[in-house]
Amino acid sequence: MSGYAPQISARAASLRPSGIRRFFDLLEERRDAISLGIGEPDFLTPWHIRDSGIYSLEKGFTKYTPNAGISALRAECARYMERRFGLSYDPAGEILVTVGGSEALDLCVRATVNPGDEVLIPQPSFVAYGPVVALAGGVPVPLAMSEGNGFKLTPSLLASALTPRARVLVLPYPCNPTGAILKKDDLPALAGVLARSNILVLSDEIYAELTYGCRHASIAGEPGMKERTVVVGGLSKSHSMTGWRMGFAYGPRELIAQMTKIHQYAIMSAPTTSQYAALTALRDGDTFVESMRESYNGRRRYMLDGLRAAGFSCFEPRGAFYLFPSIRAYGIGSEEFCEKLLLSQNVAVIPGNAFGESGEGFIRICYAVSVENLKESLIRIERFVRQL
Amino acid sequence: MKRVLKLLENDASLGAGQIALLLGVGEADVERDIAAARREGILLGSRSVINWEKAGGDYVTAMIEVRVTPQRGEGFDRVAERIYQFDEVESLYLMSGGYDLQAVVIGKSLKDVARFVAEKLSTLEQVTGTCTHFLLKKYKEGGVVYARPDDAQERVAYL
Repeated sequence: MSGYAPQISARAASLRPSGIRRFFDLLEERRDAISLGIGEPDFLTPWHIRDSGIYSLEKGFTKYTPNAGISALRAECARYMERRFGLSYDPAGEILVTVGGSEALDLCVRATVNPGDEVLIPQPSFVAYGPVVALAGGVPVPLAMSEGNGFKLTPSLLASALTPRARVLVLPYPCNPTGAILKKDDLPALAGVLARSNILVLSDEIYAELTYGCRHASIAGEPGMKERTVVVGGLSKSHSMTGWRMGFAYGPRELIAQMTKIHQYAIMSAPTTSQYAALTALRDGDTFVESMRESYNGRRRYMLDGLRAAGFSCFEPRGAFYLFPSIRAYGIGSEEFCEKLLLSQNVAVIPGNAFGESGEGFIRICYAVSVENLKESLIRIERFVRQL
Repeated sequence: MKRVLKLLENDASLGAGQIALLLGVGEADVERDIAAARREGILLGSRSVINWEKAGGDYVTAMIEVRVTPQRGEGFDRVAERIYQFDEVESLYLMSGGYDLQAVVIGKSLKDVARFVAEKLSTLEQVTGTCTHFLLKKYKEGGVVYARPDDAQERVAYL
């Protein structure tokens, strides 16, 4: 068979693998580089959580679970959301256990978006939102966040984007790649704009545990907002459990029911071993989360100070584990900057335009690496920009 | 001070400036804390963690249970002092349970350690008995894992 083009769906073909494929190919060849590129915690999953997964296997818990996830885990999710963020959800019907936060995002979009519907996506943000919307036949509408506004979605920008076709707003805070957060007092004005529309909020709160200096506040906590918000959470970032693929969706009963239906056909149920480990993580993981947050916070301050000392203009992030310094002063584009930095100094960072056009002129640095590597990468980055 | 000590405990190579940044406090405060900790005998020193097995060092380590007769007025302290002053003794602990003192002894060979026990340790008049266990493999020490398996997980390359 020569050429599969006729066999490939138009939607699949329309997805770009990544606008910066060439850069990633380079990165792949240089596994020995100091990588500040991967957005992943550098801690292993705590042993007591891993042990719970192992114990569930020893007991022979190897079968499918209920579609929505084991009831004990959903109950624990409800207690966790109440305890940490003051949000109450009914474990029977308002909570769904998914294969990572990514599946929850996909389910929410597929359950709510009709072909041609617009989904508003503040950018720079996580790379998957646009493709997930496009696969559902929706139209991704990027909203460009600016450094001047602290990379926050402003009520006026939101209001101007509310066309009759706008169906869903993705709210990606704390934000990958900018590290921006929305504070409690940022939320009422956004909620006010949303209240005058019929739009649903898909609040991606996968980094909710990683905020520095203040507790994360969810838009679902605003009056009247819980009824029109699906909150996506998960254990990848909060409990260093990326490989376990444990995500959660919290939302109105009717929406969760539709999402569960799709989940049931596409996935059946989230991995059983991971669900039992997740139970321990939520029940007995707060201390670990606290110490990990403290450790990231130290490295955040260290790296921010180092970058500023090296001459970068850098917004102070209050969430996630990324810094998003501007490279505009150096007169080259993000991709060229990252490529040259990698080739000449063997340090990998991600070009800002990977996260949307409005990310051009920035680079993403993940500081979830050892202080030793941060120290060395700062030396190399400084050496690099001096010769530009 | 405790937060400074916690960081130093994990990485003694951190300078006061780096610690200050990591903790979000002033560098002068960190320097003051470190000086005070040294003065008060809290911060006793800093050493590197070396895997001598990999570096090709020829050593044997033994854990020795020591039974002793405590002395009036001095308890175990006097005999402990007599034991830990030997260079061969790397660590010494007073224990509860089946024996009194636990000595960690490092020597060049089994013979070397055996000679130390026979000639120096057992001959102390307060020592009533010893039991020597040789260390075969070090898995973890001082919070550092030594025998980590080499196989690493394959991971996502980016994003």
